[in-house]
Amino acid sequence: MSDTLYPVSVEVNGETRSGHVPARTSLVDWLREHLNLTGTHIGCEHGVCGACTVMLDGEPIRSCLIYAVQADGHRVVTVEGLAHADGRLSILQDSFCETHALQCGYCTPGMLIAAQAFLDKALLERNPRPTETQIREAISGNLCRCTGYQQIVDAIALAARRLAAGAE
Amino acid sequence: MGETPKGFRYIGAKRRTKEDPRFVTGRGRYAADVALHGLHHVALVASPHASARIVSIRTDVARAMPGVRAVVTGEEFCAATDSLAIGVDAPSVTRWSLARDHVRYAGEWVVAVVAETRALAEDAAELVEVEYEALPHVMEPECAMMEASPLVHPAHGSNVLLHRNFVWGPVAEEFAKAEHHLAFRATWSRSATVPIETFAVVAQWHPGTEILDIWASIQMPKYPDQTAKALRLPGNAVRVHYDVDVGGSYGVKRGLKHTVLVGYLARRLGVPVRLVEDRLENMRGGDMHGPDRSFDMNVAFDHDGTIRALKIRAVDNVGAYAGRAPFQLGKPISAICGPYRIGAVAYEPVSVMTNKTPQEAVRGFGQAPTNFALERTMDRVARYLQMDQIALRQKNLIRKDEFPYTIPSGSTYDSGDYHTVLDKALNAIDYPALVRRRDAARERGLLAGIGISTCLEPSGGNASFEPLFNPKIDTTTWMDSCLVRVDLSGSITGIMGTSSSGQGHETLVATVVGEILQRDPAAIRVIHADSLSALPSNSPVGSRMAIMLGGAAAGAARIIRDTLISIAAHQFECASEDIDYRDGNTSLKGVPEKVLTWDQLVEIAHRKIHRMPAGIEPGLQAKFVWDVPTGGDLPTADNRVQVYPCYAFEAHVVYVEIDPETAAPQIKRYVCGHDCGVMINPDIVHGMTYGGIAHGIGAALYEKFTYDEAGQLTSGTFMDYLIPSALEVPPIEIVDHCTPSPLTTFGQKGSGEAGYLGAPAAVANAINDALAPLGVEVNELPMSHLAIWETLCKADAGKAGIGKEEKR
Repeated sequence: MSDTLYPVSVEVNGETRSGHVPARTSLVDWLREHLNLTGTHIGCEHGVCGACTVMLDGEPIRSCLIYAVQADGHRVVTVEGLAHADGRLSILQDSFCETHALQCGYCTPGMLIAAQAFLDKALLERNPRPTETQIREAISGNLCRCTGYQQIVDAIALAARRLAAGAE
Repeated sequence: MGETPKGFRYIGAKRRTKEDPRFVTGRGRYAADVALHGLHHVALVASPHASARIVSIRTDVARAMPGVRAVVTGEEFCAATDSLAIGVDAPSVTRWSLARDHVRYAGEWVVAVVAETRALAEDAAELVEVEYEALPHVMEPECAMMEASPLVHPAHGSNVLLHRNFVWGPVAEEFAKAEHHLAFRATWSRSATVPIETFAVVAQWHPGTEILDIWASIQMPKYPDQTAKALRLPGNAVRVHYDVDVGGSYGVKRGLKHTVLVGYLARRLGVPVRLVEDRLENMRGGDMHGPDRSFDMNVAFDHDGTIRALKIRAVDNVGAYAGRAPFQLGKPISAICGPYRIGAVAYEPVSVMTNKTPQEAVRGFGQAPTNFALERTMDRVARYLQMDQIALRQKNLIRKDEFPYTIPSGSTYDSGDYHTVLDKALNAIDYPALVRRRDAARERGLLAGIGISTCLEPSGGNASFEPLFNPKIDTTTWMDSCLVRVDLSGSITGIMGTSSSGQGHETLVATVVGEILQRDPAAIRVIHADSLSALPSNSPVGSRMAIMLGGAAAGAARIIRDTLISIAAHQFECASEDIDYRDGNTSLKGVPEKVLTWDQLVEIAHRKIHRMPAGIEPGLQAKFVWDVPTGGDLPTADNRVQVYPCYAFEAHVVYVEIDPETAAPQIKRYVCGHDCGVMINPDIVHGMTYGGIAHGIGAALYEKFTYDEAGQLTSGTFMDYLIPSALEVPPIEIVDHCTPSPLTTFGQKGSGEAGYLGAPAAVANAINDALAPLGVEVNELPMSHLAIWETLCKADAGKAGIGKEEKR
């Protein structure tokens, strides 16, 4: 295995983060082990469970299936970047707390990223009141073993309503 | 909506949990997040064979790789440590973290490599050369019980770990008297709860203090003690940090073999060491598979639907090692006849070893498979008698006025109102309309079915059934405890002695303590002690913490309240009965201006012993250790025992449609009536129930650890082991009911296994109702898409048999 290190520079949660990594270091390992952003979790490392979901240039992706060097020059948002700058919870995060949309919290960061990407897109597409089926499809790539998804679906629907009310 | 008994201030109210905010901000702290200076990492070399002799191991090339700190084989490891604990009486079925001489399943750990990074450790693991001599293997219990079978542990002399015959009540007489008998086999295939977080553990040895610090994603009773024992350390040399968030468990996070290995490595190498399973290691060698069980059911009943007696033979494939898993055949003794008035039961549990991955405790500890077999039995009887499945259940369910009700195996059910809960579920789903919908779907050419299950969740986990399976065990307590402290500032802290894996224990303790002390739970902090500073706990297993930790926290809070009242009475020179306690402040009854506030009382307790009544300790803290209610006794000579104290009830009603062209099942409606007594936090209870139902849907339709003929696990990834997503799990409606338990502090019962204990049975019954018009049935889980397809093909092939039930 080559020991060569490659430079990488990524905008993470609004801040430019740079370093040197082996080519084989995945984005999630870089976030967790080098940047100490342990909010993003590892569940399967083969792209199915969705626990490691982060946003790359606004799109939810599996950070276990992309190398850190591939993210060079891109924009990444992790769960640590979802709250307001002053630390207040985002509407989505607050809605998760309101409906108790989590238990062990392990899938939650990935679930929040997938849901936030969905809500962002729904807003862009002028669909402020997504249906339950649309919500379920949006999070169908994120596995949760605690909740049976019901309170997560409720939380996303609540967040959509709150966002729509705020936009009106 | 819920019918929580009145009179509570915080219990039963809609309140946000204490835990959620840290998780939605990514600030949970899991074992894999524990970063220590100089941390080293483990990679494992696993057996490629289901059964083989280890001929030789060559480690020098791997050891010579830069960055590699150690390469450890079973020979070294087994000489330096003791076997992990064996629950059943089978002393020769020893088990170490690393195999020595023989491997007994594909995926078993053979060599551990420690390196500066996980990637380097994995590189080096590939350089370890192990030469094996493959030996014959056996994967199914029927074969393993044959005389000619290869033996998984030759020293044990047999593959049977445990075989008991229990007869409770006049079984033979009832079978002789009954008008009808029915016999069939129901099979629960091997699945598990498969948390999204794999098992992770970090260990650090401090030579100065001679303490081994451990951070692990653990949910396990006696974990520190068993770790210390295997490492040949005194118990007070192992410090488990319970403030680690556990990323889901539902029973399976019992990585004792992982912990002993990492503890040994950390001590030997003098560096902190971390092991995080990757997904394949978790699925194949993580030793966390659940029950793998066939039930031969034999039921005796009369034409009016009265069930007279049951005979159950349960054969369980426990895998290659014993552990505590065989006891999963034991807990169901707690509710062996379900929620029904059945006066006589014979139960023959058989635990058999094979060359599959070892089993571990899974949500319900064997009760969900038993409930599935019981509920298939009820439906088979109803179909045989051409009786309505609901009417048959209503006829046999224990009536509200019969509680407390003692079942043949000796357990007394505390309370319940089963008929009402079932009625509520049927009303919520509008059962007559659902029947019309099913029939209309059938007319359109679809296969459509309604499934019912009425099941119990024994709760308040206890170990009192273990002596039935191992006479050398005479454990009669399974306590839990809580320490409550009020500091000089007047702030309240609750301290618990175990980790949590999503059950919301911080919310539980804060709510209960707040209720007793009449102080806002939001301001109460709850912390997880480490094992050296903690009071005793048996961890959150067997749906016990609402009862046991809740009861202990309430007990400690009551002592604090009584202390405050005593201090006030001493100042006012009156009896304690003359003190009014409100919101933490005290006043003299009838003299409202004579007041001592919370802050004043706390000040006296912490600083002014001259104002304290005699006999009360200064400082303001109280511990309470609580034993399981109804616990304390060994089984009787005729094998009767009170297993768990409390019994929650759930009635599931499910509507399923199957596309006859593709055989794909789809759950269209799901209602669950649920009674777990007083709910302390309804959002938490509902969450666990939804999640349990999702688990149950997985076990019923999708999830199975499959093996090929060579003994290789063929569902080791999430591409083959199918966990239901938000599209497979339908919208679920829960209908609450509350029958308080007379045995617990607030009337609460357990709910950690809710949903999972009834969902597989209900879904299986719905699938079979859908298949019934074709005259075929399926009695094996998972009722996968493929299994349904094959059953449909069978129906096509045998059209002559359509509509005919086996009758005799």
